[in-house]
Amino acid sequence: MTRYIIRRLLWLPVVLLAVSFITFTLGYYAPGDPVEVMLGQRVNPAAAERLREELGLNRPFLERYIDFVLRALSGDFGESYKYRGQPVTDLIADKVWVSVQLGLAGLTLAFAMGIPLGILAALKQGSWLDDLIVGTTLVLNSIPVFFTLPMLLLIFVRTLHWLPSSGWGGLFDSRIIIPAVVMALPGLAVITRQMRASTLDVLYQDYVRVARAKGLPESTVMVRHVVRNALLPLWTILGLSLGGLVEGFFVIETLYGIPGIGAMAVDSMFTRDYPMIMAITLLVAASFVLANLLVDIGYTFLDPRIRYD
Amino acid sequence: MTDRAALSPGVPVAGEAPVKGRSLWRVTWSRFRRRKVAVAGLVFILVVYAAGIFAPWVAPYDYRAQNLDKARQPPSWEHPLGTDELGRDILSRLIWGARTAAVVSILAVSLGTLYGVVLGALSGYLGGWVDSLIMRLADILFAFPGMLFVIFIAATIKPGFVGFVAQHEAALGLEGLARSGYLDYVVVFGALSFVGWPGMARLVRGQVLSLKNQEFVVAAQALGASTWQVVRRHLLPNALPPVLVAVSMGLGHAVTAEVVLSWLGIGVQPPNPSWGTMIWENRMQWRINPHLLLMPAATVGLVNLSFQFIGDALNDALNPRGR
Repeated sequence: MTRYIIRRLLWLPVVLLAVSFITFTLGYYAPGDPVEVMLGQRVNPAAAERLREELGLNRPFLERYIDFVLRALSGDFGESYKYRGQPVTDLIADKVWVSVQLGLAGLTLAFAMGIPLGILAALKQGSWLDDLIVGTTLVLNSIPVFFTLPMLLLIFVRTLHWLPSSGWGGLFDSRIIIPAVVMALPGLAVITRQMRASTLDVLYQDYVRVARAKGLPESTVMVRHVVRNALLPLWTILGLSLGGLVEGFFVIETLYGIPGIGAMAVDSMFTRDYPMIMAITLLVAASFVLANLLVDIGYTFLDPRIRYD
Repeated sequence: MTDRAALSPGVPVAGEAPVKGRSLWRVTWSRFRRRKVAVAGLVFILVVYAAGIFAPWVAPYDYRAQNLDKARQPPSWEHPLGTDELGRDILSRLIWGARTAAVVSILAVSLGTLYGVVLGALSGYLGGWVDSLIMRLADILFAFPGMLFVIFIAATIKPGFVGFVAQHEAALGLEGLARSGYLDYVVVFGALSFVGWPGMARLVRGQVLSLKNQEFVVAAQALGASTWQVVRRHLLPNALPPVLVAVSMGLGHAVTAEVVLSWLGIGVQPPNPSWGTMIWENRMQWRINPHLLLMPAATVGLVNLSFQFIGDALNDALNPRGR
């Protein structure tokens, strides 16, 4: 087990190095002069040259890359091209926190709705309710954010005037409701389906029949024997849904005006703010790999039958 | 539930495949037909893709034709889906957008599937260092959330690529290519196929691994068939069913990805038509003229849903265990 974790952890720097190399190379050969972005198009050539020197943009590729990696190791991702004089790490830190809150809200909502819906569908297997739940979540899963967000705005903002139309105020502000719901909808179908399937699997196991036969109340059978075991496979879904979250950040944050990492990434793409893009990409890749590792390790604690050797 | 047939749906168990050959497809089709929603989805997709491909003949108006006197009209006989802010016919723009979606998704998925199948088959069949190399590469690409990577590739590569073509188009005898906007399509489906292959490679590799030691493969090898013959005649056809399911789902994802890219402004550029740009142009319209936003968004949703239904039904239909 320990060996497995160590092997997986050793893989992390390899992935990050590869990811950083790919992004750095693409950024290096991508045209669009950052100096031009900073100083404007009609610039004194001497001043441009000085700035290039200062930022180290005139050095050869490999030198710049190694320099970047060494600095990144000590947590220094350089200064943003767009927001002059501000370190990338400072700029990103607040944004990450915003996105984490939004992601947490979305995930919690998805699981809070998906688990009961899945159990319900399994218990009523084959009935109209089952069809309704499975069908609705599938439809919600296929509909892009572009559709759900405006629809919710149309209903809850324009028609009912219940909720604000954009902005951000933290986890306990009414402005988080719409983006969190939109974030939760795509994952909802996956969670509901998995919960339905695993509940059905467990429901007809011998130990459940035994529990019923020895006269345990139905609620105890469900909570202690069925649901607890059926929840296990959802742990994998948690790992898988992280990738979807990141995708959601781009679109939802941009559409709803949330100052998170996704909106920041989109903005940096347009302004060719490469230090920002690099840092965000690496951050996302690192958290992705780490999260999947945690999910795999967590599995061994949740389900003692699983062993990695 | 642990035997191989359950783990790899659709793979005929050894000894069954060579005799049945063609009838597998007939069986699949008759099972597929029983799913009404899947058939409806298939019809819808065919209609959308056909409309897109024949857009110049099908679209009632030019997608660029503006008529400010008739801007922001609700659906009418003249304009079945209404008009946008510049008085352009929405139905025509949707049909031309379907052309973009069809071209990009078909090319992206074909390319991605080609890379994935070739690399996955090599990886599974040859094993050893080739396998390690390909799979580690796939792992690295998997560490990126796909969309982030596609956006990054499209944003960084496009200007350079277009510039490169602009310099050389005279030599190639293709004047005007760089400015035509066709290169946007190349960048978009290139980026998508690059990100799409690892999933397919893993799938095919798993299939090949489970097939390569079965009797009919070993028999072919014993009879002196070359590696290429074994891979082409025996491994790939039997590994095909799950690939088909993945292709169906992949087409849906590619359509959405094109929409996201164009929506972000790094995919297909106006005036070339795309559902993504339509959604972006009308993003503020939900308050005043919601139909401008809902028409393209609903189209994307329906296309996606249809692919999902088709993929699900195919998966069930190709599963030899059946129900």
